[in-house]
Amino acid sequence: MTRRFSKRDVLKGAGALGLSAFAVRVAATPAAEAMTPALIEAAKKEGKLAFYTAMDLQFAERLSKAFEAKFPGIVVRVERSGAERVFTRIGQEYSSNIHAVDVANTADQAHCIIWKRNGWLAPYLPKEVAQHFDKRYYDPEGLNITTRILVSPIAYNTNLVKKEDAPKSFKDLLDPKWVGKLVKAHPAYSGTIMNATFEIARDLGWDYFEKLAKQKVMQVQSATDTPKRISLGERAVMVDGAGYLVIRYKERGQPVDIIYPEEGTPPATGPSAVFKAAPNPNAARLFQNWMHSREAQQLLVDWARQYSPHGQTVEKPGIRKLADIKLMKEDPEGVFAQADAVTKRYTEIFKV
Amino acid sequence: MTIAIPATPASKPRKFGIDVSKPVLLVFAAILCVLIVMPLSWLVYYAFTDKNGAFTVANFYRLVSDADFLDPLLTTFALATLSALICCAVAAPMGWLVARTDMPLRRTVRLLVTASFVTPPFLGAIAWELLAAPNSGLLNQLYREITGASPDSHLLNIYTFTGLVFVISCYTFPYVFVLVANTLDRTPGDLEDASAILGGSTWDTARRITIPLALPAVLAGALVAFLQAMTLFGSPAILAMPAGFHTITTKIWSLFQFPPKPELAAAASLPLLVLTVMLLRAEHMVLGRRGYSVVGGKNSEPRIVRLGPWRWVMLTVAMLVLMCPVFLPYFALLNASFSKIASHLVSLNNFTLQNLHFVFFELSATSLALRNTFILGILSATCGTVLALVISYVTTRKAVTGYRVLGFLATAPVAIPGIVLGVGLFFTYTRPPFVLYGTLWILLIAFVTLAMPAAYQQMQSAFRSVHPELEDASRILGATRLRALWQITAPLLRTSLIATWCFVFVGVIRELSAAIMLFTSQTKVLSVLIYDLNESGDLAAISVLGLFMLIITFSVVALANSLRGRGNARRNVAIG
Repeated sequence: MTRRFSKRDVLKGAGALGLSAFAVRVAATPAAEAMTPALIEAAKKEGKLAFYTAMDLQFAERLSKAFEAKFPGIVVRVERSGAERVFTRIGQEYSSNIHAVDVANTADQAHCIIWKRNGWLAPYLPKEVAQHFDKRYYDPEGLNITTRILVSPIAYNTNLVKKEDAPKSFKDLLDPKWVGKLVKAHPAYSGTIMNATFEIARDLGWDYFEKLAKQKVMQVQSATDTPKRISLGERAVMVDGAGYLVIRYKERGQPVDIIYPEEGTPPATGPSAVFKAAPNPNAARLFQNWMHSREAQQLLVDWARQYSPHGQTVEKPGIRKLADIKLMKEDPEGVFAQADAVTKRYTEIFKV
Repeated sequence: MTIAIPATPASKPRKFGIDVSKPVLLVFAAILCVLIVMPLSWLVYYAFTDKNGAFTVANFYRLVSDADFLDPLLTTFALATLSALICCAVAAPMGWLVARTDMPLRRTVRLLVTASFVTPPFLGAIAWELLAAPNSGLLNQLYREITGASPDSHLLNIYTFTGLVFVISCYTFPYVFVLVANTLDRTPGDLEDASAILGGSTWDTARRITIPLALPAVLAGALVAFLQAMTLFGSPAILAMPAGFHTITTKIWSLFQFPPKPELAAAASLPLLVLTVMLLRAEHMVLGRRGYSVVGGKNSEPRIVRLGPWRWVMLTVAMLVLMCPVFLPYFALLNASFSKIASHLVSLNNFTLQNLHFVFFELSATSLALRNTFILGILSATCGTVLALVISYVTTRKAVTGYRVLGFLATAPVAIPGIVLGVGLFFTYTRPPFVLYGTLWILLIAFVTLAMPAAYQQMQSAFRSVHPELEDASRILGATRLRALWQITAPLLRTSLIATWCFVFVGVIRELSAAIMLFTSQTKVLSVLIYDLNESGDLAAISVLGLFMLIITFSVVALANSLRGRGNARRNVAIG
């Protein structure tokens, strides 16, 4: 048993529950379910749901409004913050027996491992997921489904940096010419950055970050903040952050562009889960089902500019295909085991 | 009236029938104990135990040995000292200008200082990000525009230690200003007259009489400013992380991130508490001396210094100072609210109403946060005012034995920084028997506790201004204490009650440091929503919400002022 597992479970006071859920983890894949009229009816009776998410706020609200338009009478309340803060919030609420979350979407697969072991998640497998999602994108028991695939590339402000001067790799960022010009998000707030930090530290070593910290990096919290800072022109280059926002801003005519670093771009898949103790269980299932339907997933591709795990979504030009990006290897079990150590080391190096 | 029933000091209450006053007062004392003693006990308990509940001092050892904690402690200390010094250097002369000179627009200056007083420090910090972020800040853009400096150069950098000191000073200096101005208002002109009669020049009089008289107030103001800067969460939470350091309050907050380390948070909170108590003792000693300096004053008009041609220069200086906390930040927020890109000035092709639309029609958290904020504001203001009314009645009229304890308890929260109270309440109400976490009650408790000292002080001074003879008359005619309080005293105090109510309401709207520890997704308030939006850098939405928050605040302040203006006349009649 990893250190992180035991620590978290003790804190939850749910150790026994977590263990037993772990022990009986041979359950078969549940039957795939459609958005039946009965489910819709029951969801409308509940009339609302709470969606905790790490998506950027604008898209989270856009997605909810699309859902509300499709199923009038159900109101979605978006509770957005960085994935690690969403995780902390749910942990704090559950340890005080407050069961407010219906569906959670994070940017850190390790969260689902912990929720699963705590026995907090409800198995639910939407039909379209069983039909059109690659098996690696959903839990065999239907406890969580990958909603979106994120990458955390480098990006820069095209007014401040000429294309030929732009950094090509993480190593390039150590050049003295970038002192005071970098902005970076924080692994204690953002799930994307937690994964990216883990992957970069694994592939390039922690001494990379030690050198980077000497570049007077401006530290912000969320992976959705760094693209805003370079778009405002506050810093020239973002070390990490939500690549999809850079693409969105670029398409809106703002002076930003993306760079996929030579060493590989850190990916993070963002899973969603329905909670067992959800106060609105039917609305939660309907939302989870719809969110992974082709309709919502196409919105994710077209509007949010993220990568979809849905096999039938159509790519929209203007964004590099996921298959064409050299990716670092995502390792949820590794993040799960080392998240605390990553945060601690990071805090020591960057002082915040 | 005074002729009909001469006031006798010996008018002891006569006991006809059952007087429920005592039990009611005891209940209030019990409430105060629960409010204050319980969270602090849990705080101490956590600070001195390890994970298994065994006694330990390891938490404190870690606090002073680990650079992760020691650095923030030292930073905070430096921060608070510098802010206090700057506040005094700026606020004391300004207080003197409005109280003792013929500078034009003195009333307006006072009003503007009030405006910076009610501006939430976190909002001020965000506004200053818009103004003085080294590259995108409006002022830095202006600087480059004017001087033609290279795109990399900047005039100001808010993401630094100095930047944070500056922003904190902007919203702390009103504490010193108010203390100094009020002291000078109240100090009679006799001594200054004497100095003038003996041939002292205007400046001699100022230097040898007025300034020494005001010095205790300045010193007390410095201590209060130090305290405010030390325990502030809002501004550091916005600026310290990009600047690459922690203060003790942001560190305490970060200790609640997963995996939470409550024992360390408790240990880090205690030094703040102890320091605050010590500083307040010091302030009390300093201000206690003020008594002799104004003794014998027969309320002669304060002597006004004629500044001559300097009066306009002084006004310009005062207005320049007020640019920092009020004009510039409000302008930046207004600009960001209507601009497509927060760092660009609004122009014809940059103007947008999209931000307003987003906040009020798309952002699903807005309505809940507004509702929670209003419910909490109204409830806290009402509960706080009633509590303060009853307690100050008991203490000024010495109605029950042990009234001093009650007065002490009502003043005690002044020594509890918001974030420390938040941590204590978190420990108290996330466990049986009182599981209030996740409800608005826990926030109500926090806000009422934090507002109690100021509300109590206001009500107490109001009570002192109403002579007990009217109450005595009522009691002689057979009314119980509570009935006398309700029928006679409360109506006389109506304007003070309203002022106190508004004061608490405004305080609740801008509170962040306790709320950030205690909110859950369903009990989010406006200040926390703004803080969350800051995490993802949604500056436009923040600006819209922030301005909306300021509009509510100023409406309430204006309401209080207009009622006070009308009410004063009425009260004077009643008392006269």
